[in-house]
Amino acid sequence: MEAGSIAHQFVQQLINGVSLGSIYALIALGYTMIYGILKLINFAHGDIYMVGAYVGFFATSILKLSFFPALLMAMVVAAVVGMVIERVAYRPLRNSPKIAILITAIGVSLFLEYGGMLLVTPQPRTFPAVFAAELYNFGGIVINSQQIVILAISIALMIILTYVVQKTKAGKAMRAVSFDTDAAKLMGINVDQTISFTFAVGSGLAAAAGVLVGIYYNSIDPLMGIMPGLKAFIAAVLGGIGVIPGAMAGGIILGIIEAMVSGFISSTFRDAAAFGILIIILLFKPSGLMGKNVREKV
Amino acid sequence: MTLLKVNNMSKMFGGLKAVSNFTMEIAAGELIGLIGPNGAGKTTAFNLLTGVYEPTTGEIEFDGQNVIGLKPYEINQRGIARTFQNIRLFSELSVIDNVKIAYHSHVKYNLVESILRIGRYHGEEAEIEEKAERFLEIFKLADKKDEISKNLPYGEQRRLEIARALAAQPKLLLLDEPAAGMNPQETHKLMDMIRWIKDEFKLTILLIEHDMSLVMGVCERIYVLDYGTIIAQGTPQEIKNNPRVIEAYLGEEVH
Amino acid sequence: MSKLQNTTKRDLLALGGCAVIYAIFQGLIGFGVIGPFWELNLILIGINIILAVSLNLITGFAGQFSIGHAGFMAIGAYLGAVATVKFQLPFIAAILVGAGAAGLLGFLIGLPTLRLSGDYLAIATLGLGEIIRISILNTPYLGGATGLMGIPRYTTFTWTFLAVIVTIFFIKNFVNSSHGRACISVRENEIAAEAMGIDTTKYKVMAFTIGAAFAGVAGALFSHYFYIAHPASFTFMKSFDILTMTVLGGLGSITGSITAAILLTFISAALASYPEWRMVVYSLMLIILMIYRPQGLFGNKELSLKLFGRLTGGKKRDVA
Repeated sequence: MEAGSIAHQFVQQLINGVSLGSIYALIALGYTMIYGILKLINFAHGDIYMVGAYVGFFATSILKLSFFPALLMAMVVAAVVGMVIERVAYRPLRNSPKIAILITAIGVSLFLEYGGMLLVTPQPRTFPAVFAAELYNFGGIVINSQQIVILAISIALMIILTYVVQKTKAGKAMRAVSFDTDAAKLMGINVDQTISFTFAVGSGLAAAAGVLVGIYYNSIDPLMGIMPGLKAFIAAVLGGIGVIPGAMAGGIILGIIEAMVSGFISSTFRDAAAFGILIIILLFKPSGLMGKNVREKV
Repeated sequence: MTLLKVNNMSKMFGGLKAVSNFTMEIAAGELIGLIGPNGAGKTTAFNLLTGVYEPTTGEIEFDGQNVIGLKPYEINQRGIARTFQNIRLFSELSVIDNVKIAYHSHVKYNLVESILRIGRYHGEEAEIEEKAERFLEIFKLADKKDEISKNLPYGEQRRLEIARALAAQPKLLLLDEPAAGMNPQETHKLMDMIRWIKDEFKLTILLIEHDMSLVMGVCERIYVLDYGTIIAQGTPQEIKNNPRVIEAYLGEEVH
Repeated sequence: MSKLQNTTKRDLLALGGCAVIYAIFQGLIGFGVIGPFWELNLILIGINIILAVSLNLITGFAGQFSIGHAGFMAIGAYLGAVATVKFQLPFIAAILVGAGAAGLLGFLIGLPTLRLSGDYLAIATLGLGEIIRISILNTPYLGGATGLMGIPRYTTFTWTFLAVIVTIFFIKNFVNSSHGRACISVRENEIAAEAMGIDTTKYKVMAFTIGAAFAGVAGALFSHYFYIAHPASFTFMKSFDILTMTVLGGLGSITGSITAAILLTFISAALASYPEWRMVVYSLMLIILMIYRPQGLFGNKELSLKLFGRLTGGKKRDVA
């Protein structure tokens, strides 16, 4: 490849990467917030994203809702599902050994996947084209109008989230609980409610990602959440788990790296690249790009 | 004979000087106290001596050899054992297993012998069992040897921690507030016991203590740490009358 | 002294018991009482016991959280198959190659990653397991995405039973030795273990290597039963499966792992005709069990019914 075509390819993959990355970022936000507050790797989070995609699918195909109401509906339903999961499966285990909670999360994940299969059949569904995909060509670089929508909505949601976390009372409670649960409790913060709220927000964001992916790839199925869920977790670790801006940055960076690997090497190595990044980050900077190192006191 | 020689040791955490110009010399067979107000850096000093942290500057010589840069387990194998201020037992294990684990570096049978239960396995396991039981007897824990250690009352957990440290067969024993949380009678008994094990096992002991009366009664020499620096050292009598020490402890009673 | 000699006596008794169990099952298979379906499940139970017990050494005894066990199983399955398919070596060589390769990889992976702890280690092992699988997927020599085919069916009930017994005795004797206690002390309190003269890195890596090697054995048995080694058999879902058995039985309980492996394989088999319900029931059971019994069936205790009491031998901890 000559220099010009490499540069061309690079820009094209950069665009693909950023739009893929913003999806990862949306899912990663939920992972990171839930980890921040409960120190739990919520393996079921990727499946919430699947639930969101299905709600979006039924809202547009059966209820004939247009894009925004469908998106909103998916987010609300997923938020409720997230809160129910926390209430039923995680809350009784809050003081149990960590591994028990992790196994429960795996159980919830399997339940959503296979329960979903029972409910909506394992067959992939074709997501209705909510709005036409137009291709814009800028001197050989192709941008899909859906990529623009994905990016715009992701950015909007991240701005809203940042506002909620930084400025609202619920957001401040969230940060307080995540910093020191016991102290927050002593300060009169309702910890249970705050954790519920965190699950609701995180699940809502994942559902938005699910709907956006449904529109972009046209196809959804009950197991669609497994890989993106893992990738989003990697993104959260990359950015520094528990750190909200870290999840955003981590998602985008991971998306770009994956797009570059697919574009320049081979798409079969895309997943390996993501896991490779995970290992490298864990070995050399386990606190992530934006996290802080914490050391056990002797 | 000098057993432990610390010269000008210091430790920085970021911009914070936790320990600075820490100098200390302990001869074999001594029973030394390290005292100081809360946050003076006593436990940090222990952590530096046992390899948990590496000093920013300074030298530590144990038994004539430099021990800086060694890992905690290597330092233990050279002959320094310790207890922890916030008790760190193997809490889900039985009392006797806690003690047996400390023997590990003296065990000679290899992996194959332990898998096939041949060679030195049986003999050494019997020896470990016997020795561990003996330590439990010394610390009056023999009748509780099969109990899970986290179920022991607090005072017994402290004693078990000392028993465990002794089982590693150290030359120097570091005790971090061994009497914390004990009542005066328990404390008194513990101090008698410490004196006794020192003679019985020909140990050298360095103990951190918060309670001045206790240190004064049992230690031959005392170092006083304040803001990470040794501000005084000497016999209990000298320390009691040292104005700098009284100043450091201002607000706390000096008995 | 007599107590220790007793342990050897108990070992021998347990071996005798195993021989009886073996004779009964082998007889039932020989007379056709146990048909091919249940024979398959017996072999799966055996493989699962090896996987669960070996992961228990890593996660239950040494306290190192691993969700990458399927990766080591894959190494054993593939490299064992390479030994028989490409080099026409006998089955025992395949098992040893599988164990050796998985153990070696476990050692190489464990050395850098076991510095991590808790969740981070779990995630790292998950990632490494997936990297192993994706690497196999992209290796044409190993059959790539279609899998490595034409593997002779060498795995029999006898081989499986033998491998299970070796695994259990190896790991049981290991955890009841000073080396095993060193591993356990790392789980209990790493800082205290280090302060007591235990090279914690060494023992973490040792447990990881031994566990990985036995996962390799299970892999070799697996691929030599199903004629094929396919990357899809070794996803992180398989690792979850193994972890589930280990946790369900109880971390630190060998008899627990054995019981859970038997139980879960049976449940899977019983639900085989309702595939769509299988995973739903399975997942609900997991959640309910964790809520009501987070320490697993046996906690860290060993089952001390007469038969199992002998099986675990060593230092007997009575269940109250």
